[in-house]
Amino acid sequence: MSETTVFSRPLALAPVTTHYCPGCTHGVIHRMVAEVIDELGVRARTVGVAPVGCSVLAYNYFTTDFHEAAHGRAPAVATGIKRARPDLIVFTYQGDGDLASIGMAEIVHCANRGEKVTVVFVNNAIYGMTGGQMAPTTMPGQVATTCPLGRDVTQVGHPIRVAEMLATLRTPAFVARAAVHTPLHAVAAKEMLRRAFRYQREGACFSLVEVLSTCPTNWGIPPHESCDWLEKNMIPYYPLGVFKVPEGPDRAPLPAASAEVLCRTM
Amino acid sequence: MAKKLMKGCEAIGEAAIRAGCKLFFGYPITPQNEIPEYMAHRLPQVGGTFVQAESEVAASNMIYGAAGSGERVFTSSSSPGISLMQEAISYIAGSELPVVIVNIMRAGPGLGGILPSQADYFQATKGGGHGDYRCLVLAPWSVQEAADLVQDAFDLADHYRNPVLLLGDGLIGQMMEPVEFRADRQPCRPVTPKTWAATGCDGSRPTNIINSLFLDPEVLERHNQKLNRKYAAMVRDEVRCAEYGTDAEYDVLIVAYGTVARVCSTALEDLRADGVRAALFRPISLFPFPYVALRRAAAKAKAVLVVELSAGQMIEDVHLAVQGRQPVHFHGRQGGMLVSPEAVTENVKKVLAGELEAVHV
Repeated sequence: MSETTVFSRPLALAPVTTHYCPGCTHGVIHRMVAEVIDELGVRARTVGVAPVGCSVLAYNYFTTDFHEAAHGRAPAVATGIKRARPDLIVFTYQGDGDLASIGMAEIVHCANRGEKVTVVFVNNAIYGMTGGQMAPTTMPGQVATTCPLGRDVTQVGHPIRVAEMLATLRTPAFVARAAVHTPLHAVAAKEMLRRAFRYQREGACFSLVEVLSTCPTNWGIPPHESCDWLEKNMIPYYPLGVFKVPEGPDRAPLPAASAEVLCRTM
Repeated sequence: MAKKLMKGCEAIGEAAIRAGCKLFFGYPITPQNEIPEYMAHRLPQVGGTFVQAESEVAASNMIYGAAGSGERVFTSSSSPGISLMQEAISYIAGSELPVVIVNIMRAGPGLGGILPSQADYFQATKGGGHGDYRCLVLAPWSVQEAADLVQDAFDLADHYRNPVLLLGDGLIGQMMEPVEFRADRQPCRPVTPKTWAATGCDGSRPTNIINSLFLDPEVLERHNQKLNRKYAAMVRDEVRCAEYGTDAEYDVLIVAYGTVARVCSTALEDLRADGVRAALFRPISLFPFPYVALRRAAAKAKAVLVVELSAGQMIEDVHLAVQGRQPVHFHGRQGGMLVSPEAVTENVKKVLAGELEAVHV
């Protein structure tokens, strides 16, 4: 009887144990990113950019070259890498504090310039690494160490929907939101990631996949209940799906003729 | 190549291109806008890339990324913008990446003004960002020297894998002078392959990780010590300075850098014509500071006069150099006001007449 390998570690994933807490979905998302890199055959020319936050050590968990960025600056670092070496596949891996708070300017302008990079945006509605402070994505009423009575939207505003916001930009892009709290959702999430990296490989556009994630440690609830909490509280506010594709007719660049007119008037 | 009349900012941009730099990331700020404008115009002609960033914060992190890919890259800004870049400069120094950063200084603090200043000396030479690190700092006094130092800056940045700052002021950026780019220029340091760059890993080497995070204190201290050895090598090998009139006898040694030294050299001629025995010492590298050469030059003088466009910043290094052996006097202007040759002459005469008090540490 011959043996067939049906499951193995992706080559792009390092054979090490991660530091992530039990029940955290960073590990699942890491694995899916690595699988996509393998499947697209781009591992040898991929450079990742790690954020500041729980996934700060992501460079230890992939077998691709990596950059560690300052807090929130990963899209600027990725811009520098991609502009210097357009032949590389460049992705950032960022959390919600990193991307949606301190790095908001960098992500908006990276998307708006249409940098041909891929952003994996992990949204767990809290600051994990620093110990459970309120994030821009923390749900209304959700308790965090810096909003002990729950997020008061009259004082700190409503959680930011990053995918929807970036989808309003006219520059062609692929923007989607997915989740990984059930196997079915994870399969869909991987397809979103595959599309995102494929767009970059084709040199088509900026791509971002927001992945809803759990944080049992800082939410203060067990892993399986965290999945339920995400399903019940986050998905209604952060709907899953594709928000923008580069092929959309309303997203086409301005006609060349108007650009010429603009140039002539300068 | 024949000499060409160029604005300082344009010469800096052209020098970077001559040094093989094909990448510029920057953000507009007066008085250095001619640098990004020149790069926006010239880089596409040589197959390079210009990106106008959304902020100096982003621009400096873009050069961090580009430098990690092993390509030559630079940015320019002016004082408030350079403050915003300190985060990235600290990361770049910690990650040991070669970048060139041009600061065309304007008066501060805060928004200050847009006229020339030398008030960023402390920021440039004593750190600026967080953590133990040093930037190599070069200060030109002419457009030609700015062009030459920019080209050297790229070689030095690569050699040390460290940020190199070119510290100019509004005058250097805005004045026009003849400048020559020599076709036969050789790198000032040997060119070595950038085997450390993050350019994709096919498994034939371990992954290259551009990083300044070392959570283990013993590992971080070893990293710090490695950086220290590099800074010690700069102190040993990269001191640059110039002396004027030190072959003759002199009573007062003027110390100034950048365009202020240029003004002082005019004053020196006037003083000599009046029979006043003075000489001029000009640091060109501000880190490493030419302590030993200055101490030697000061030893022949009765007094030292430091001239700066600041409240007195370099004067602290001058004090470290002369170690109390000579009295150190100061003349400075701030706010974008300039030093005139007449004012320098007058102050030298005051020093000799005992009418200008020494500045004590």
